[in-house]
Amino acid sequence: MTATDSDRRRPVLQVNDLTVHFPTAGGRVVHAVDGVSFEVQEGRSLGIVGESGSGKSTTAQGVMRLVPATAGQVVLQDEDFLALRGRRLRQARRRIQMVFQDPFASLDPRRQAGDLVAEPLRLLEGLSRRAAAERVAQLLPSVGLPPEAAFLYPHQFSGGQRQRLCIARALATEPDLIVCDEAVSALDVAIQAQILNLLRRLQQERGIAYIFISHDLGVVQHLCDEIAVMYLGQIIEQGPTASFFTAPRHPYSWSLISAAVPAGAMRERLKARYLVRGEPPSPIDPPKGCRFAGRCAFALDRCRAEAPLPGAVGPRHFVSCHRAGEIEAPDFSVPPATLCA
Amino acid sequence: MSPILSVRDLTVMLKRPSGPVPVLERLSFDLDRGRTIALVGESGCGKSMTALAIMGLLPDGFVLESGAILLDGEDVAKAPPARLRALRGNAMSMIFQEPMTALNPVFTVGDQICEALRLHQGLGRRAAMERALAMLKAVQIPAAEQRLHAYPHALSGGMRQRVMIAMALACRPKLLIADEPTTALDVTVQAQVFDLLKDLQQEMETAILLITHDLGAVADITETVAVLYAGRCVEQGPTLEVMGAPRHPYTRGLWACSPHLTLGAAAAAAAPDPLQEIPGLVPPLGQRPASCAFAPRCARATAVCTHEVQPPLGVISPDHAVSCRHPEERAAA
Repeated sequence: MTATDSDRRRPVLQVNDLTVHFPTAGGRVVHAVDGVSFEVQEGRSLGIVGESGSGKSTTAQGVMRLVPATAGQVVLQDEDFLALRGRRLRQARRRIQMVFQDPFASLDPRRQAGDLVAEPLRLLEGLSRRAAAERVAQLLPSVGLPPEAAFLYPHQFSGGQRQRLCIARALATEPDLIVCDEAVSALDVAIQAQILNLLRRLQQERGIAYIFISHDLGVVQHLCDEIAVMYLGQIIEQGPTASFFTAPRHPYSWSLISAAVPAGAMRERLKARYLVRGEPPSPIDPPKGCRFAGRCAFALDRCRAEAPLPGAVGPRHFVSCHRAGEIEAPDFSVPPATLCA
Repeated sequence: MSPILSVRDLTVMLKRPSGPVPVLERLSFDLDRGRTIALVGESGCGKSMTALAIMGLLPDGFVLESGAILLDGEDVAKAPPARLRALRGNAMSMIFQEPMTALNPVFTVGDQICEALRLHQGLGRRAAMERALAMLKAVQIPAAEQRLHAYPHALSGGMRQRVMIAMALACRPKLLIADEPTTALDVTVQAQVFDLLKDLQQEMETAILLITHDLGAVADITETVAVLYAGRCVEQGPTLEVMGAPRHPYTRGLWACSPHLTLGAAAAAAAPDPLQEIPGLVPPLGQRPASCAFAPRCARATAVCTHEVQPPLGVISPDHAVSCRHPEERAAA
């Protein structure tokens, strides 16, 4: 996919300066998400990666209005989703749906599978019980479940099958965008591959866009066209997946990558040089300058004093680092020994 | 040199009203001093059950039917409860997946590390605290003096797992079992914890039995790998060989179905192919045939696989054994 090709695609979602703050009991402020901006194009996938506490899930919840945004815009079909009320909000909710991490916790154990999948159809599209059941019978096979599964209860499904149910429920209203928050993290590798392939097939067939939140860089590289790296409530680097994994520019991206490199000589070399030590600082009253400066091996006084702004380093590829281009980037030229066939 | 841990024909059954159901079948492996073996496989394949059987911690209803578990020559499978209590936390110890639930929330970190030292090594309170402090420093906890008096809730997940490691290694055990020690942690912290385990192992010569999904960690810190499927070992051998040229179709499927990161010029290529899948699910307990349990999910299975009993682990090269009638060709990898 060339840059011009991707420029032509219509954005289905634009997030502008999304900020989610929570007050603490002590009168301080948790800066869970601090000025995050991105767009998701029609039929494409944006991966959001970062450590726990980096704000990736809160970003998803802010976009979905599951937590109130402190500031910012979420533009869906030329409307600010965050400002909608009543009928127009329900209309808009049909376009954006979500799949959660734990398929055991996100399905009501006392309701039949068919009922669960029909719920968004009944609530958001106002379908009758009968019409909804017909749609469910078509939906279940498209996620690889037999139509009879509609009469079973969640506990009668395996973890992977439950996640298929959650995907069917998210698909029910034929959304433009599905937000997947660690949707495969709780699954075994073999099942994870089945679900990832299902998500890709659905995208090819129906042109759905995904926001795919994950801590697994391998999974994100496999599924996503673009990637955004979050650190302490901010996006520190974002760009097309190919460009990001060819030449990542932020020292924190290097650290994430070096922790995920397949076994081999390159893994040792990258880990020794780029893997950061310790854990991220608290999002309560975060540092004033670059938020990564405290753990960054390349930080200067300027980094600690002044927050960097995102700068373009390639087509659609942005990095927030004062020293981008100035410090020597990791050398990936030695291919990792492909131990795993 | 005789191995520190030698598991011989370990068979564990689950007692059910309808009759006993096999959970682990004739599992055997050896682990030398200062070495690491990985157990890999999907959930429900018996990895954690193996760990619990070795520790003498099988849940109610599960019984060790037959086989021997030799810890430095002593059969812990036949050890009475009092002897097991003397061994656990002393000669053998275990790190669990979830450091939040494995630590007691009402005792300080220092008290919990001291417990094993005072109980097993008869140290006095002060001497035990000194050793606990040394252990916290060894697991690279910053400001260890203050953390000694902290409660678990005040520590992050990575710090808690370091405390677990400090507890487990306080008595310098011969054997450490680490059951998914990093699953609950962030990727960068995971790498740090594995590096730490490796460093401490070199210093203490502890043998490690590692249960993990993380193939990177398997390659990084283990010398041997055993692949379990439905309670049976289907492939076992040197890590480099098993990862580089897996011979059992299940092993090969496991390696192929997780996406691998590509970097540099290789990352610029067009969209990747769909991931390889292993269709279906691990058969539940009680529905495992005497024939190959993987056959229903296996692309290479033939009539003989479903009609005859699963073949025993057959040696195909020094130390490398596989239980399959149609193993993958070496060149296939």
